[in-house]
Amino acid sequence: MLKPNTTKGKLIIVEGIDGSGKSTQIDLLYKWLLSRGYSVYFSEWNSSALVKSTTKMAKKNQSFTPTTFSILHCTDFADRWENSILPLLKAGVIVLADRYVFTAFARDVARGVDPAWVRNMYSFAVKPDVALYFRVPLDIAVGRITSARANLKYYEAGMDLNLSPDIQESFKLFQGRILEQYDQMTDEFGLVQIDGTQPVKDQQRKVRALVRKALEGWEGLPNPNKVAITVSNPLAAKDKGEKK
Amino acid sequence: MKEPVFYGAGFPYRTFQKLSGKLIVLEGPDGVGRSTQIRLLRSWLEEEGYAVSDTGLTRSELTQAGLDKAKSGHTLGPLTMSLFYAADFADRLENQIIPALQAGFVVLSDRYFYSVIARDSIRGVDKNWARGVYGIALKPDLVMYLQASVESLVSRLIYGRGLNYWEAGMDLHLSDNLYDSFVVYQGLILKEFDELAREYNFLTVNADRPVDEIFEELKEPILQLLHNRLTKEKRPL
Repeated sequence: MLKPNTTKGKLIIVEGIDGSGKSTQIDLLYKWLLSRGYSVYFSEWNSSALVKSTTKMAKKNQSFTPTTFSILHCTDFADRWENSILPLLKAGVIVLADRYVFTAFARDVARGVDPAWVRNMYSFAVKPDVALYFRVPLDIAVGRITSARANLKYYEAGMDLNLSPDIQESFKLFQGRILEQYDQMTDEFGLVQIDGTQPVKDQQRKVRALVRKALEGWEGLPNPNKVAITVSNPLAAKDKGEKK
Repeated sequence: MKEPVFYGAGFPYRTFQKLSGKLIVLEGPDGVGRSTQIRLLRSWLEEEGYAVSDTGLTRSELTQAGLDKAKSGHTLGPLTMSLFYAADFADRLENQIIPALQAGFVVLSDRYFYSVIARDSIRGVDKNWARGVYGIALKPDLVMYLQASVESLVSRLIYGRGLNYWEAGMDLHLSDNLYDSFVVYQGLILKEFDELAREYNFLTVNADRPVDEIFEELKEPILQLLHNRLTKEKRPL
């Protein structure tokens, strides 16, 4: 379904349910790659400035349906794809993505949209060179999120699906559905599973080993001064090129 | 009353009641006079006693502000624009068009997704991809295509609301000025429409004529549809 990456660049993505620890891992990976002199760009799910006002308003008014939720997140992705991810891959940059198309496949299908339909919608994207799926049992992920954050958000908790009137319970049921979708996709897309219950350091060691292998013999755009990449156009994707 | 028929999977997470209304689409290029005809058709149908609702591209509250803002900048890529339009379309279909059809309204749609596909295709967007995205679309009961020559579009726009950046396809850099760009761009659009007309079986209406003549010609198939006399050959595919 996804085309192979034929650009000069490398695409590395992380996936997993909320609370799986993937963002921590990709952040460590980002700093490591930068320190080794690679050109690296970080792109985050749902971060396009062009689409942001629309998504924000719809979330506030709770006016999304599963279909419009799905299409607007794809619009956000398309903007980042056209304005930053694809051009930078072509330039020979390592693009790191915190969530990729698989997030949409998991969430939107958990919301009830047609799996083939959403896969077609994202079919302009390429297959990542490294796709890491951080897997944690539902209870652990839910525990991490609900203890770290007092307020769960409406859509994040899948409240639009009327799974339960209790937001904590709805979140759990919804994340469970998403987890199911991720597990099914592991084979479909060749996601590499990382045990997200292991210590952070152990996980990062595995991540680096996998990435090192993927980069073996590869030379991208040199970055002798080890600087971060920013996409300067103010209306373009507001991705965190300079991730702290 | 009939079950809704979608081009693809539709909205699998919900069940719709049967539709007792009719979805009538007016397609055609910019400046062909669609909105004038919709206005005439609306008051005529209301006089005949039908409840009418009208809709058109980008009118969704969900996306209107964001899309306007995006179109005012210069970073809107073809896929992003296409998907913005799809979000607008989906929102209106689910929240406005289908409910109106369930309530028995005649819905007059000023363009449908066909226009978006035509425009996308010229911008290099994969045709099969776009058709896949619009697997959510409800199949209309009638699609009438107002076909006009580029010359008549130019004259209507110059004496009407003027030529504009997007309608002239200036983003494609076909020419350095609005006029030449409009002529080339609308020529490409017309070619796409002719193809779509065959693929989806539009009823083609010659729009290089006075407004009232076009109006008279549009009324006939609508009456046939409303009295269940519209033959299969005239129905969209």
